[in-house]
Amino acid sequence: MKICILNGRVIDPASQLDIDHNIYIEDGKIVAIAEDLAGFDADIEIDAYNKIVCPGLVDLSARLREPGQEHTATIESETRAAVAGGITTLAVPPDTDPVIDNPAVVELIEDRAKKAGRTMVLTVGALTQKLNGELLAEMAALKAAGCVGVSNGVTEIKNTVVWRRALEYAATLDLTVFINAADPWLQKQGCVHEGTVSARLGLSGIPESAETIAVSRDLILIEQTGVRAHFHSLSTGKAVKLIREAQDRGLPVTADVSAHHLHLCEHDLGNYDSFSHVMPPLRGVRDREQLKQGLRDGVIQAVSSHHQPLDADAKLGPFAETTPGLSALETLLPLTLKLVEDDEISLHQAIASLTCQPAAILGIDAGQLKAGASADICIIDPDVQYDCLPSAFISAGKNSPFGGWLFQHQVSHTLFQGKVVYQREPN
Amino acid sequence: MPSNQLTESGQLRHFLTIEGLKRPLLTEIMDRAEQFSGISHRQVKKVPLLRGKTIINLFFENSTRTRSTFELAAKRLSADVMNFNINTSATSKGESLLDTLHNLEAMHTDMFVVRHNQSGAAEFIAQHVAPHVSVINAGDGCHAHPTQAMLDMFTIRRHKQDFANLRVAIIGDILHSRVARSQIQALATLGVGEIRVIGPQTLLPRESQTLGVHVYHDMESGLEGVDVVITLRLQLERMQGALLPSAREYFRCYGLTEEKLKYAKPDAIVMHPGPINRGVEIASSVADGPQSVILEQVTHGIAIRMAVMSMALASQSEQAEIEE
Repeated sequence: MKICILNGRVIDPASQLDIDHNIYIEDGKIVAIAEDLAGFDADIEIDAYNKIVCPGLVDLSARLREPGQEHTATIESETRAAVAGGITTLAVPPDTDPVIDNPAVVELIEDRAKKAGRTMVLTVGALTQKLNGELLAEMAALKAAGCVGVSNGVTEIKNTVVWRRALEYAATLDLTVFINAADPWLQKQGCVHEGTVSARLGLSGIPESAETIAVSRDLILIEQTGVRAHFHSLSTGKAVKLIREAQDRGLPVTADVSAHHLHLCEHDLGNYDSFSHVMPPLRGVRDREQLKQGLRDGVIQAVSSHHQPLDADAKLGPFAETTPGLSALETLLPLTLKLVEDDEISLHQAIASLTCQPAAILGIDAGQLKAGASADICIIDPDVQYDCLPSAFISAGKNSPFGGWLFQHQVSHTLFQGKVVYQREPN
Repeated sequence: MPSNQLTESGQLRHFLTIEGLKRPLLTEIMDRAEQFSGISHRQVKKVPLLRGKTIINLFFENSTRTRSTFELAAKRLSADVMNFNINTSATSKGESLLDTLHNLEAMHTDMFVVRHNQSGAAEFIAQHVAPHVSVINAGDGCHAHPTQAMLDMFTIRRHKQDFANLRVAIIGDILHSRVARSQIQALATLGVGEIRVIGPQTLLPRESQTLGVHVYHDMESGLEGVDVVITLRLQLERMQGALLPSAREYFRCYGLTEEKLKYAKPDAIVMHPGPINRGVEIASSVADGPQSVILEQVTHGIAIRMAVMSMALASQSEQAEIEE
């Protein structure tokens, strides 16, 4: 199969490339970029005139609900949603059921993903068995099975001895540890940011110290153990500051932010909007600005979806009784590029934070456009005005607080290993 | 912002929170209550205003006083009343809040009076009832208890004519108090000059000042020159969450005694939403003393609830007439 993407604005942040040109694809790989291939007889030609052609997106954390909660969503349904959002590589955290703490679960996920065949699904293995925070998981076996890192998901390891040993063991195996930093006691007592909105609505609050205490503790142990670590979904300005200082000291730490934390804050809870019930919670306006600053400065390298599809009932009830999380695969790209529309970050920065930078965190060869690389490509229409309509999401989860938002950037095509896996229906 | 408690013409459709309501409406509720309070002194304590209407008291949390005053208020307006006390454990039978609601709605209910242990529950229910059904919030979690706030305002108005020149202090567990939140909003809307909250940092919301109050941590300065002293009930389970060491220490610092009451103005009135923990938040000598208006509050509760119920159901019939 030969494909030619014609006349697009080709942007590849990894190689600083930004030119109007064709891309030639053959047998799943890019064969030529930024040079003309005379006599290339394409089976499919895609007209990308006035469109952006960039690497397929790499998402650091998306829950697909399989295995364990197939009634909510499946690898089949969610990879379909991923490619509609331009995502061609995504990493699943270990908190499936059963937990990704043995190679069998890794294989199961990989098999289902291969069957679906439209996006690369990578697994992050468990740090402790069943994520119980007590006994170490067989990380060497997990690494051999293909896990790109290890994590304890959203279950904090309370015992600092176990935490230290887990980090040391991961360091021995040269595995990146992915951390959702939250002090379990301070986090568990609340459901929203502790601030003006919790005071007004009478909802129990989670102070910013829930995050800063955990990040501080973790940074000390990272320094001691020398492990490479990545912080997921920072929510507070103070945590950004802590990470910045650690990076300045030379610690091998990286961080991502959820796209929704770059746009929403505590005030978006409005009148108990359960779609804005997320964890970590939406913080103050200042936090949101400092997260954007962190992204601009490069302290935060990636924007992630932290996708959590839920069924409709999960969001129907009094606020604190609803399940936190949002369906985010299909809003990751338009929300990140909205920051470009708003002059918050450059287009190159935005694309880098969705492609080569998260790929580097995962330690994989993706998120780049170069001859010889797998043809994982996202083509974006940069000037479509459309309303976000969660009920029309491809994902099984329609739980999004962005219903009615006006977006401008829309994925028109997604290619995975040289196959067109998504093509937007003409409006 | 509270979404839908007013009709398009600005009449009360639901009564969920004080937030967002204007002063004339609060005054109207009190004026209406003033008319109704006479009925309780008549030989026949009934008016036929809500004859043929069905009101359901839907209580997901225990309550005796609030529920009975709502029930009495409905009966004095000649409505048919049913009480449903649903332990939160009933939902553990697998029936969701919405299922419960729709089942009761199927009995052609005109109004739900709802109490629930979760903040936002009344708002949630109001969003999901049929268009002809009204919802009155009888307390949702730590969020709001608007009829309690209005009966408190009514009581204050009976004793102090002008809200503008008043200094009001609320003492105790503001953090967990739906009563305090609604009182603060009502006092602010009615133009009270100065609203204070007094308590230890553990029982005050972070960013309390954004509620429009002055924060005090000691009774002496907090009560100085105050016209109205409101003490709140201290839930004894607060000791479990490491919010307080003991009831004894709480009484020592924040219990309203005769000595501490002397910091307030000599004609200050003392209020409490009940039920009282004597010797914890208030000394018996103060609760039963000459400045206490605590029992009056209970009496006024019936009139205020009659006012709110009749206003909400009247707006319904107006709506129905428009539609016909």
